[in-house]
Amino acid sequence: MELTREQQDILNGSRGEVMAKVMKSLVMYGETFGADRMVPVSSRFGHTVISFGIGVMKPVYDLYDQLIKAGALSAQPFSADPLPLDKNVPSSFLQDLVFKHFMYSQQGRYEKQLEKLGLMSPDAYTCACYLDEVGNKPAKGEILSWAESSAVVYANSVLGARCNRNSGMLELMGSIVGYAPHFGLLTDDGRRADWIVEVRTSRKPEAQLLGSAIGMKVMEQVPYIKGLDRWLGTELTDDVCAYLKDFGAATASNGAVGLYHIENLTPEAVESGESLIREGAPVYVVDDAELERVKANYPVVWKDLNAKPKLCFIGCPHLTLSQLEGWTERITSSLAANGLKKVTVPTVMTCAPATLKKFKETADFARLEKAGVVLSYICPLMYMNNPLSGKMPVITCSNKLRTYTTARYYTEDELLAKITGGEK
Amino acid sequence: MAKVFKGRPVVAGECTAPALVSHGGFNTLASFQMAMMFGDKKVKCGDQNNADLYKKPMKGTALCLPQTIGSTTGGMVLYTACATGNQPACMLFSKTIDSLAASGAILAEVWTDANMPVVDELGDEFLDYMKDGMTVTVGRDGTVTVE
Repeated sequence: MELTREQQDILNGSRGEVMAKVMKSLVMYGETFGADRMVPVSSRFGHTVISFGIGVMKPVYDLYDQLIKAGALSAQPFSADPLPLDKNVPSSFLQDLVFKHFMYSQQGRYEKQLEKLGLMSPDAYTCACYLDEVGNKPAKGEILSWAESSAVVYANSVLGARCNRNSGMLELMGSIVGYAPHFGLLTDDGRRADWIVEVRTSRKPEAQLLGSAIGMKVMEQVPYIKGLDRWLGTELTDDVCAYLKDFGAATASNGAVGLYHIENLTPEAVESGESLIREGAPVYVVDDAELERVKANYPVVWKDLNAKPKLCFIGCPHLTLSQLEGWTERITSSLAANGLKKVTVPTVMTCAPATLKKFKETADFARLEKAGVVLSYICPLMYMNNPLSGKMPVITCSNKLRTYTTARYYTEDELLAKITGGEK
Repeated sequence: MAKVFKGRPVVAGECTAPALVSHGGFNTLASFQMAMMFGDKKVKCGDQNNADLYKKPMKGTALCLPQTIGSTTGGMVLYTACATGNQPACMLFSKTIDSLAASGAILAEVWTDANMPVVDELGDEFLDYMKDGMTVTVGRDGTVTVE
């Protein structure tokens, strides 16, 4: 890899031993993937995937202490993934004990570290940092050093920014030193499509199910998706962006997709069309039967398959304002149709603190609260990642949450019926 | 008779260990999280979606896999496993290593004393050939000898 004089000097220790190790980590990472050079991180803000102070990951926070002590702070302010704790979310006494004193015993220490390293604001904890109200929305062509898989795939695909599927820690090191290795999704060639996906469903496919099917098929490769514009249109409206957020998160968690193109919709597909597709790209056809097959193959690890759900999570990744409004309407209408006033399963809807603040200014907030729904900024995944929560029969319409936890997946319509008493 | 495969050393090193084989993508977060959270000394795989590995001990094995998949916390999970001595003896990838696994392995190499050789590009034949329990010896040049 060719380094500039400044980059080579940093590697040689001109800014201290710790900064040299930061640069060495990034250079080794780049060399592994054939990077030709290091390029400046050009976005205004960074984002770190690590928002949690888990006791067993103490080595990570020890390393961060080394960075802070050496003055190796982030050159750009950054947002972070959602916090793992919120007292508003239903939990038992035992869960509270385990969460605070065992699992997240490093939380206080870590939040202080993030402030010192350059967190953009005390409210900047969300996986959907690119939403307008959060304010970390990169522009087309900007180079990012992010890691959160759902944010990376959104920034690449919907916003046209350029970011590899980096790892937590290494992404912050890119923000610290201000450079990212130039390979993969940062290059024009790396953004070409390896697969053609033809969507031939008889109705608008469930975002999280379609994303799951495509992710499991193409894994880390780039799909060019045809036929979805029939259902989504050709404009990136708020509703379409929300759909793509959920779709992308499923491609990234059920597979390892970092970029997708949607014909006539996403910016690079609109600009370059089929010229993005590599010669000889295989074709994957997704129809109603394929989506059914994929859904039917999800393992359900509940001990009692007929257990009554104890909790429902909606919002992984965090919901947009338009999704909160949409769910409010659907839940209240369905409850009314079933002669009920409150949800029949304790339900938590999650969104960014800034989105929550904005939603609280609307009449829908009171309607949703009256229906018994809890609103939270928590990360559902962090809530679920322990045996106590793992044993709970939790339901969700998030395919990411299903993948990483024992939560059971239902489509949005199925979930709505379960929480509003409409299940036959 | 020993069979020899040649790959690319991502993190050079030597070791001998029993094989543990995942034919599907290895989800680092889902595989390690429960074991690390609760101090499982054998580091049993917690990924319910991985039929090859679910509930099998991973620590000290020659972990054979195509690539890793899933959450981008994967790198820090692997780094933590290495920093706490809970890592596999080595990681052997049939395909080119993915960015998350590379990050974790490189962070471990630069910032810890862990010695976990990582070899990639061993080819599909390697993964087809490997079975749990086979004895694997890794050389610094990326040579993998299977007995």
